Amino acid sequence: MNGGLTVRDVVVTYPRGEAGRTLLTAVDSVSFSLAPGEILGLVGESGCGKSSLGRAILGLVPLAGGAIQWQGRRIDTLSRHAFRAIRGELQLVFQDPNACLDPRMTIADSVGEPLRSLEPGLPPAARTARVSGILDEVGLPASLTVRYPHQLSGGQLQRAVIARALVVNPRLVVCDEPVSALDVSVQGQIVNLIGRIRRDRGLACLFISHNLAVVANLAERVLVMYCGRIVESGARQSLLGAPLHPYTRLLIDSVPDADPVRARRLLARHASPAAQPPVTAAAGCPFVSRCTLAVDRCRTLMPPLRDFGQGRHVACHRADEWRDGLPTSLPD
Amino acid sequence: MTAMLDVRGLTVDFTGQRPHRAVDGVDLALAPRERLAIVGESGSGKSQLLLACIGLLAANGRAAGSVRFDGNELLDGADAAARVRGSGIGFVFQDAGGSLTPHRRIGEQMVEVALARRGTSKRDAAGAALDMLERVRLPDPAGTLARYPHELSGGMRQRVAIALALVARPRLLFADEPTTALDVTVQAEVMALMAELCDGLGMALVLVTHDLGVVAALADRIAVMYAGRIVEEGTASALLSHPAHPYTAGLLASVPRLSGATGGELPTIAGQPPAPGMTFAGCRFEPRCPRSAEPCRVTDPPLEARAAVRVACHFPAGSERAR
Repeated sequence: MNGGLTVRDVVVTYPRGEAGRTLLTAVDSVSFSLAPGEILGLVGESGCGKSSLGRAILGLVPLAGGAIQWQGRRIDTLSRHAFRAIRGELQLVFQDPNACLDPRMTIADSVGEPLRSLEPGLPPAARTARVSGILDEVGLPASLTVRYPHQLSGGQLQRAVIARALVVNPRLVVCDEPVSALDVSVQGQIVNLIGRIRRDRGLACLFISHNLAVVANLAERVLVMYCGRIVESGARQSLLGAPLHPYTRLLIDSVPDADPVRARRLLARHASPAAQPPVTAAAGCPFVSRCTLAVDRCRTLMPPLRDFGQGRHVACHRADEWRDGLPTSLPD
Repeated sequence: MTAMLDVRGLTVDFTGQRPHRAVDGVDLALAPRERLAIVGESGSGKSQLLLACIGLLAANGRAAGSVRFDGNELLDGADAAARVRGSGIGFVFQDAGGSLTPHRRIGEQMVEVALARRGTSKRDAAGAALDMLERVRLPDPAGTLARYPHELSGGMRQRVAIALALVARPRLLFADEPTTALDVTVQAEVMALMAELCDGLGMALVLVTHDLGVVAALADRIAVMYAGRIVEEGTASALLSHPAHPYTAGLLASVPRLSGATGGELPTIAGQPPAPGMTFAGCRFEPRCPRSAEPCRVTDPPLEARAAVRVACHFPAGSERAR
């Protein structure tokens, strides 16, 4: 594929232990592609490697294996200097505005800063126009732009963070948990804003979250990640309607719900499982210790990601046994 | 109803650079073993309400009104609230890591709290610590006593924080966003655990959260707070199935659901929560309200009984204008 993003067998490792002698594999042989203008959801729990994968795409962490192509050109081998030339095309929207906005700078200055560094030739008047244009696009009133981060609400700050990523006119944005720190009432505003801007600009977007309901409301295609690997991927409707991996089923059955009847079923489903220590098993399926459907071979053999047709991929030995999807594990 | 906790006309004022009233005349009563959820956005005053009850407001905060626990007034000086903390009222905060001391072993911290209960010997305290770690279903309770907080995962730390809050066997637990920082799978487990502990220990619960999706399973009763006031209060089933206040309806609609996941726009509440210190002529929710009309801009509606709930709105659901 020429346009868009292609991620092939990507591996990301971090040194750990004394003197970093052992390696922690955060991302393990992940492959996917993202077409121009497509929005792809990436869902998984903390520690599953979803943020590392997002950062690897943006050249912020080095790869230990695999390759990343952007618009037909390999970018993971670029030097820091060479990467600067495409930095404006690939941008990151952070979860925590406080980690992204300098408390001593006004909102307008923070939003304009990437322009100063990536388009230094831009005259000040043009820069100001670009900044006010983008602030308008994300719905921040002009009166707020001369304020400092501590004077804004959480939702307003997140709009500023989005503006800062968009001001350089990227072609791809990675949104890493952009709504997790927000009130539920404001989450919807930001999700809708990201959806609208993406459509209007024809942006490609990788949207990362631990809440499948948030991801599914935005993305047409969803990747489910567990312990550094993709365990299931597919179109939103088929993945939600007929999940084939037990972990996807668990994520669906864990979404909090204000309906009291479903909420009580959810409570009964999750009653009394012991807190699971992080799995470090060498062989076998990484999900095996939490899986209620595991059989012997799950403990000894790592299931490969297999093609189930119509864009569906599943890494489960037993997925053929429930090709119409796993039924809910919530009790009646 | 004999109230275990009885809050009357509670106000919380902050002085300093940005003086404001965080809680503005709240009445609440809680029966033994009852589970109440207080729901609201950041800045609604829900956390300050809890902190005021247990005497843990910041130095520039001042509470007035009345908070009675088992008939004893807690706002009479700092000692009154300190006496009930631990063995009367336990508390869990959102950031579990923050409520555990990083350089002390889990066991030491738990024994110290267990000793707060009158007549507890050191041996009893050690036993109580182990018992409570078993109750929160940590995989290796005895081993966990010897560990430091950083050696545990986020979900396990939250379980330890809950165990720590319960080790002195309080009759009431205050939990402030206990699941917000957790993954959805762990969230569901922690909620199930809290329900089980309340039942098993005969304990009442006040749960504070911004997410109505989290409270549906746990709460008997729900109070919705907005800008320092309760705007709707009633049984969980009544309030969730027929929200009377437009703000409650908006919060309910905002919970992201899988069933509605079709790529369309999510329902939202327009505008932003009011900034601290903002003043209002009429209803505080009026600037964001889809049902806003003339009376809303002029008069602040009082909290009044209507059908199964109490609601502070000129045009609650079911009234002429709401249709």
